[in-house]
Amino acid sequence: MTGSAPKNTVVIEREMAHAPEKIWRALTEASLMNQWLMSNDFEPVVGHKFSLRATPVPGWSGIIECEVLVVEPNARLSYSWGALGLRSVVTWTLTPTAGGTRVRMEHSGFPSEESASYKGAKYGWRKFIGNLEDLVGRMD
Amino acid sequence: MTALADHVFKALSDPTRRAIFEGLTRNGEQTVHALTRRAGISQPAVSKHLVVLKRARLVRHRHEGRETHYSAHPQALAPLFDWMAVYGAFWSDRFDRLEDVLKRMEP
Repeated sequence: MTGSAPKNTVVIEREMAHAPEKIWRALTEASLMNQWLMSNDFEPVVGHKFSLRATPVPGWSGIIECEVLVVEPNARLSYSWGALGLRSVVTWTLTPTAGGTRVRMEHSGFPSEESASYKGAKYGWRKFIGNLEDLVGRMD
Repeated sequence: MTALADHVFKALSDPTRRAIFEGLTRNGEQTVHALTRRAGISQPAVSKHLVVLKRARLVRHRHEGRETHYSAHPQALAPLFDWMAVYGAFWSDRFDRLEDVLKRMEP
């Protein structure tokens, strides 16, 4: 056992030398999202359902089904993320700093009711994970 | 648990089975006939793939009259999924791209 972050969450935090308002635009305007994330039909409206489209590969359509969950302009954005039948949640948090903005992205896997079976699984599925990693790696 | 993980891995290592599984997660419950039409292979071949998916608990089935209806059970993937391994590199790369976009944008 290690004391690392929960295995069902990815957190990336980076300070960027831009105002929150500008970063918010990049996170929420479909044409800008298209340039850094994926082709999409996003709208910053709670309840809006949208798709992110990656290049399909055999066995995977490349479509990620999403729904907007939280819109707090210039501060917080959250949407569900459904791929291969698994639902997860992506949450962006923008915090102003002296030099710009701290950008935090949290991508969380499974709701707590899943955690019992999740804990039971432990580690060692390298091969399996490698396969999924490979799949996600082709999302470009 | 290890045996089940082996079944899941084996089930998803085949592109046709991945396509059947993903089709069920996207389109909901389907009969074996409907699955056969989509898969473009024979019904016995589809049935064989379904046996492998069932063994991994990735799909469930129920009988209704003469038809068997299959549905996805993607929760079977949950215990095996390491989000950092799968999405860590992806998001790190997207952060780099986001910064490139920000540099190109008007202030």
